[in-house]
Amino acid sequence: MSNYPLLSLAIWVPIVAGGIVLLTGGDRNAPLARMLALIGAVLGFLVTIPLWTGFDVTHGGMQFVELHGWIPRFNINYHLGVDGISMLFVLLNAFITIIVVAAGWEVIQNKVAQYMAAFLIMSGLMNGIFSSLDGILFYVFFEASLIPLYLIIGVWGGANRVYAAFKFFLYTLFGSLLFLVAQMYLFFQSGGSFSILDWHKLPIELGPQIWIFLAFLIAFAVKVPMWPVHTWLPDAHVEAPTGGSIVLAAIGLKLGAYGFLRFSLPIVPDAAQELAGLVIALSLIAVVYIGFVALVQADMKKLVAYSSIAHMGFVTLGFFMFSPLAIEGALVQMISHGFVSGAMFFCIGVMYDRVHSRQIADYGGVVNTMPKFAALFMLFSMANAGLPATSGFVGEFMVILAAVKFNFWVAFLAATSLILGAAYSLWMYKRVIFGDVANKHVEELSDVNGREFLILAVLALCTLWMGLHPQPFTDVMHASVNDLLRHVAVSKIQ
Amino acid sequence: MDMQKLYLLIPLAPLFGAMIAGLFCRVIPRWLAHTATIAGVAIAFAASVVVFQDVMAGNTFNGTVYTWMTSGDYIFEVGFLIDTLTATMMLVVTFVSLMVHIYTIGYMQEDPGYNRFFSYISLFTFSMLMLVMANNFMQLFFGWEAVGLVSYLLIGFWYTRPTAIFANMKAFLVNRVGDFGFILGIGLVLAHFGSLDYATVFEKAPGFASATINLWGDQQWSLMTVTCICLFIGAMGKSAQVPLHVWLPDSMEGPTPISALIHAATMVTAGIFMVSRMSPLFELSTTALSFVIVIGAITALFMGFLGIIQNDIKRVVAYSTLSQLGYMTVALGASAYSVAIFHLMTHAFFKALLFLAAGSVIIGMHHDQDIRNMGGLRKYMPITWITSLIGSLALIGTPFLAGFYSKDSIIEAVKFSSIPGAGFAYFAVLAGVFVTAFYSFRMYFLVFHGEERFGKDDHGHDAHHDDDHGDHHHGLAPGQKPHETPWVVTLPLVLLAIPSVIIGYIGIGPMVAGDYFKGVIHVDAAAHPALSHFLEHFHGAAAMGLHAFSTPPFYLALAGVVLSWFFYMKRPDIPAAIQRRFAAVNTLLENKYYFDKINEFVFAGGARVLGKALWRGGDIGIIDGLIVNGSARLVGWVATVSRMFQTGYVYHYAFTMIIGLLVLMTLWINRA
Repeated sequence: MSNYPLLSLAIWVPIVAGGIVLLTGGDRNAPLARMLALIGAVLGFLVTIPLWTGFDVTHGGMQFVELHGWIPRFNINYHLGVDGISMLFVLLNAFITIIVVAAGWEVIQNKVAQYMAAFLIMSGLMNGIFSSLDGILFYVFFEASLIPLYLIIGVWGGANRVYAAFKFFLYTLFGSLLFLVAQMYLFFQSGGSFSILDWHKLPIELGPQIWIFLAFLIAFAVKVPMWPVHTWLPDAHVEAPTGGSIVLAAIGLKLGAYGFLRFSLPIVPDAAQELAGLVIALSLIAVVYIGFVALVQADMKKLVAYSSIAHMGFVTLGFFMFSPLAIEGALVQMISHGFVSGAMFFCIGVMYDRVHSRQIADYGGVVNTMPKFAALFMLFSMANAGLPATSGFVGEFMVILAAVKFNFWVAFLAATSLILGAAYSLWMYKRVIFGDVANKHVEELSDVNGREFLILAVLALCTLWMGLHPQPFTDVMHASVNDLLRHVAVSKIQ
Repeated sequence: MDMQKLYLLIPLAPLFGAMIAGLFCRVIPRWLAHTATIAGVAIAFAASVVVFQDVMAGNTFNGTVYTWMTSGDYIFEVGFLIDTLTATMMLVVTFVSLMVHIYTIGYMQEDPGYNRFFSYISLFTFSMLMLVMANNFMQLFFGWEAVGLVSYLLIGFWYTRPTAIFANMKAFLVNRVGDFGFILGIGLVLAHFGSLDYATVFEKAPGFASATINLWGDQQWSLMTVTCICLFIGAMGKSAQVPLHVWLPDSMEGPTPISALIHAATMVTAGIFMVSRMSPLFELSTTALSFVIVIGAITALFMGFLGIIQNDIKRVVAYSTLSQLGYMTVALGASAYSVAIFHLMTHAFFKALLFLAAGSVIIGMHHDQDIRNMGGLRKYMPITWITSLIGSLALIGTPFLAGFYSKDSIIEAVKFSSIPGAGFAYFAVLAGVFVTAFYSFRMYFLVFHGEERFGKDDHGHDAHHDDDHGDHHHGLAPGQKPHETPWVVTLPLVLLAIPSVIIGYIGIGPMVAGDYFKGVIHVDAAAHPALSHFLEHFHGAAAMGLHAFSTPPFYLALAGVVLSWFFYMKRPDIPAAIQRRFAAVNTLLENKYYFDKINEFVFAGGARVLGKALWRGGDIGIIDGLIVNGSARLVGWVATVSRMFQTGYVYHYAFTMIIGLLVLMTLWINRA
């Protein structure tokens, strides 16, 4: 299996498919564009499956490695590979791409080919991020993947999309520049290498480590997003079309978190240990502060956006407690959040397509007219609140248990999400779904159609599968997470 | 048949029934939904009987079904522990569930959500069985939350009623407060014992008896005390102990069959079961046991008082449930775990009976639940009347009936307990006997005896019971008479009345005095000798029943019955006068000690205010207002050029970004 360049396929199949979809041109050919996009997305997913089936779970290092020279003069290489930390995200990304193509099927009637192509190309670029082992390659993918997202928000977005896109731009630009500076420092320090794996072995003094860590922290914290650099996310979600929100929540937020594991922890382990308290504090603020903020949102998308920030707080919290249970819990939380938040945004999209409002106050009693939808939305709301037997539980449970061992009060604050998560999820559910039919719009609602049902049912199965049997997911991670922790435990200061 | 397959069949049969009735609830006919679910639960009950006999023959089991997950050095498994405690719970759960399933055919026959209801109660049975059969803390938590979910679904079953959908959210959230403590307790267990497997943890527990942890500054806390109190907070949520009891009375918004099954007989006893299961841990901390006994005593007495002033038939029974849960908790605190489980079992039968009988009355009264509109029903509903009487007599502790043996054992055990708080608890459980008898027979007399007050034009029942649920017409029309309910309703009443009479007499010998729970429930008799002192005075069930006639509880109960008869049958003007005379006390009771108001104002209101403050002040004010938009303005001020970039076309921004990247790359390449 590993003879095939699987990772290149995972990157380039969607991008090429996106290019082909673009060739269909205007909206006359929209049905063809949709069909080609679906084929491209499914192909893109199929080529990633051997990554999991052929994965050697006993091996913690990089697998499916591809190495070719790219810009030899600066020793920049086309260097790909995945380990137990990144592999599942490639699959998740390819899977979510199918979901978003299907989610935009009838809803998008304007510039269909461009819409579908943007998602396919973004999918390929994001796979590039998860599999790059070269700093510059990573950076190129990291920045390039933003362009389709800007376009998706800007072209197919809501009324206030310019402000949202500009805010996003301002935030990310700042982080990206610092990230690039840090990379250059590492390049010179390592005697001219952009290999991330070389940087892992590079000895660095504590002072520079701290600076590099902070540069990484800013770059990644914006993406996660962590408090207090999170305010772009609710605006971006509110303005994005449904598909954009799904990708942003399911994959976009994972890029920053992934950066911590690929860059911050292994490259500057001493600084990571030194400044773990800072990250943990920010994470706990995200869980508690954002939990309260989510509670009072009147806009459903903003509510789910804030809940995403709180859930990502668990991820960064898990990373910086440096134990296998915590890091694996955080990784599980990332994957689960991909399913659950994607499904939540899709659910809101289903209602928005019918009523054209995201305001909780415009709904009420939806269960009377959309019983099937209400049942599925219940499942995802409960998963969002971390109910056992759903994937939402697994990561939270692992991180909280690991936190008790780390420090009781950290666990105490993290566990408040049990209450806050249930409060904002169920309060929204109550106001939107339960009760008498609130108005004419709700009365006229039609239940989910076959396509919508299929999307939600697939996501529901994923959520339940991961909740009932997370073992296949964590199995993949063990060796790589253990390697990472062993590596972090060794000081790089000479 | 292989016993392990049988263990697996017990939870899976109801799950299968729930899936048939639930996933296809809109296409299958009603008979199929109830046949499938009843068959599932009946199979589970029959298999539980087989398992019980097997356990009595000495075959216990502790094994894994599948590995849920591994991480680091930790292994999380789904598995079963089958011993006498589990087998007892399995029998109680499946039997009461079966009764409730049958009863539901009659109770819900007019409801459009018939199939959905059957699906939920079968799903509940599955969840509860997973909870009691667990052999580890993870699965326990699983079942714990799953029963909470089903409870949420069922309280909000009539989802268009504003009170129901408020009550179900409240129930879930209050339970989550309990779970918050519970998960921290589980975390402490994992952190210090390195496993969540019961057997491993209990084996290691004695070694941690004097272990301490550092929680605040340099203060050392006993590990077992902190762990047990955290775990018990979970039990307080699920078993509705003060101050986390507030959800249980409101849960009466759900249909009556689930009030019987979930909010009286089984789910709310999960906390009692859990603490009994954890007896090897709780025995190591007298402080935690004191905490338990005090909370239980407060619940037992003060929730009983509230039962006196309720006029909704279901709420009277609900407060009675709270009070009885308090009794069980007191037993736990006195280290009389076996007595707590014994009371759990007897209570499950007679309380399910009382609730189902209340439901039968509600059907007979055409969904009027106000006992002030009833009276003299015994003529019209003889079976309901007799079975209610049996249930009430069992509840107040009439000698030789089920409740007597379990409740008297609790009182006796507490009498001999010497841990801090036991004195107060003894007073509370004794006083509670009088209160229980008083409110139980107040309800009994008002419903079944005296003047017929129904069928009048103006009945002043609570406004929220005659709201919009179209299929439920409320109250009897003038001149209309109540009627006895169909056999599917009365049969479960009769079948539950039988154990309500005999189970105490049969059970006390083996369960409390014998070694039924040997090796399952661990009591450190040297440190907590209450139960063994009680047993020194125990000379068989018959002797205990006869002896009762010379003990205070009997006379307290008798006094309660006589007083309620005098107040509500002979001189109804007296209670009204007392209400006027002690208006302040009455107001306090009517407001349920203001728990709801405080919770709504301080916690729910406070959370919203805090959320708004953080959002508007923190996010919008400081972060966006000052920093983000501020830097945007700064950029605009420094270089007016930037205004050109704010064209509103996103591809301009994207393009700018690429250019920026290229410029940087070029600069840097030139440098190199």
